[in-house]
Amino acid sequence: MLIKKPLILTDNDVTPKEYFESSRSLISASRRQFLTKSSTAMLAAGLAPSTLWAGDKIKKYTKSKFSINEKPTPYEYITTYNNFYEFGTAKGDPAVRAHLLKTKPWSVTVEGEVGKPGVYDLEDILKRQQLEERIYRLRCVEAWSMVVPWIGFSLAELIKQMEPTSKAKYVEFTTLYDPEQMPGQNRRTLKWPYVEGLRMDEAMNPLTLMATGLYGEEMPNQNGAPIRLIVPWKYGFKSIKSIVKIRLTEHMPKTSWNVAAAKEYGFYANVNPQVPHPRWSQSRERIIGAPLFTPKRDTEMFNGYGEQVAGLYKGMNLKRFF
Amino acid sequence: MTRKKASKRQLGVLKIIVFAVCLLPFSFITWDAVNNLLGADPIQTLHFRTGDWTLRFLLLTLALSPLRRLLNSPIPLRFSRMFGLFTFFYASMHMLVWLVLDQSLSIDNMLEDVPESPYIILGLLAYFLLIPLAATSTAGMMRRMGNSWFTLHKLIYLIALMGVIHFFWLTKLDYIEPLIYALVLSGLLAFRWQVIKRIFL
Repeated sequence: MLIKKPLILTDNDVTPKEYFESSRSLISASRRQFLTKSSTAMLAAGLAPSTLWAGDKIKKYTKSKFSINEKPTPYEYITTYNNFYEFGTAKGDPAVRAHLLKTKPWSVTVEGEVGKPGVYDLEDILKRQQLEERIYRLRCVEAWSMVVPWIGFSLAELIKQMEPTSKAKYVEFTTLYDPEQMPGQNRRTLKWPYVEGLRMDEAMNPLTLMATGLYGEEMPNQNGAPIRLIVPWKYGFKSIKSIVKIRLTEHMPKTSWNVAAAKEYGFYANVNPQVPHPRWSQSRERIIGAPLFTPKRDTEMFNGYGEQVAGLYKGMNLKRFF
Repeated sequence: MTRKKASKRQLGVLKIIVFAVCLLPFSFITWDAVNNLLGADPIQTLHFRTGDWTLRFLLLTLALSPLRRLLNSPIPLRFSRMFGLFTFFYASMHMLVWLVLDQSLSIDNMLEDVPESPYIILGLLAYFLLIPLAATSTAGMMRRMGNSWFTLHKLIYLIALMGVIHFFWLTKLDYIEPLIYALVLSGLLAFRWQVIKRIFL
């Protein structure tokens, strides 16, 4: 008789401790090297030591079958090259300022077309989820991409637990609004708070992830701690960070970038090399962390996840619903 | 007589110093590129750093004439050729980054990217307009062309405007930096309003 291995592994099953320690010290060593090399990172470290040395390790998670077989982008690039306008519009701003964000305690409001509305402690939400590591490519609308080993759980599971009503057609997510913790919100670059949304079938797709960590550690603040969305077949701005509210609705949510520039950023924002941004091509992407003379990468339809998601958009004109 | 010679020598020394200073941004950029210090997105970093210095030298070149008026001294104008050529030099670096690193010298890539990117079209146009100015920058050309030289070189106002619009057009949401360039340029163009009105309007 074949005995299936239990899905949930303990810490010891996942990674031998000594290996984990050594891999951790490797990360630390490369971080140190990075610090001595880069003046901006040194500044970041001086102002916010906690952000570069972030993160308790996450104890229990499995490896996901949805991972792509590619080498992740180095930790220091994933955590210092961020679009998180709540902390400033420059790529390095979040790493310098995100230590202002307090992620514990954290609660998430669940409302709208659900059977179980309420304000939930993030810890209580996480108790009911199985964490897994998923290595996904993140493709930004600015035509660059990186490969990130996220840790998180399936959004579909969470939505099922919320007991959606038959009227629930869309999911709307909202980021924290608090200019004290998020100084970028003092400037009205985008309309705050940041709002994103998915169609229900997109939200229920098994690829859609609620991420709480990366590289085996709790999510660094600049990457959207303590909980963020990851929709790997869509441009990065759909993957909203530091979520405080999830609302199921009957109507399409008004999403932040779409409100800011409707002709440039659609609700769907599916990665599509055939549909250019009005001001630049989307056919290729710069690879973050790659050596200088590396050619750009050909952007893949749905960021390479077409097999799992193309069916969601059957019969839709993707030039119109960009 | 000796006094005049000394000041000529002083100007020569000053020119060498200014030349060296103008090369500093290039040295820093090269140093960072060689030592792998360009950060997470090296191609983008090079685009921005070479582009920034092109615009800065362009505005600096345009500032010389108001500066002469302000200081009531002919010295600033002795640097117009040098600053103009440094503008062309940094613009050429900007072009090279685009051709070699961004487009991998592939005509196919360019045919795909250029029509989809209005800001690239404008940037290319601005660069092509710079070429005749650089090519006619010698004293000999200036002598041969006479008055038409001055007319041709008024193109720099148009090129500066194109450069700033190019920056606006590629910017996503946060317009502070291109706005600063636009503000400085408006001041410098306002100073020449009579000339611009006569030639372009």
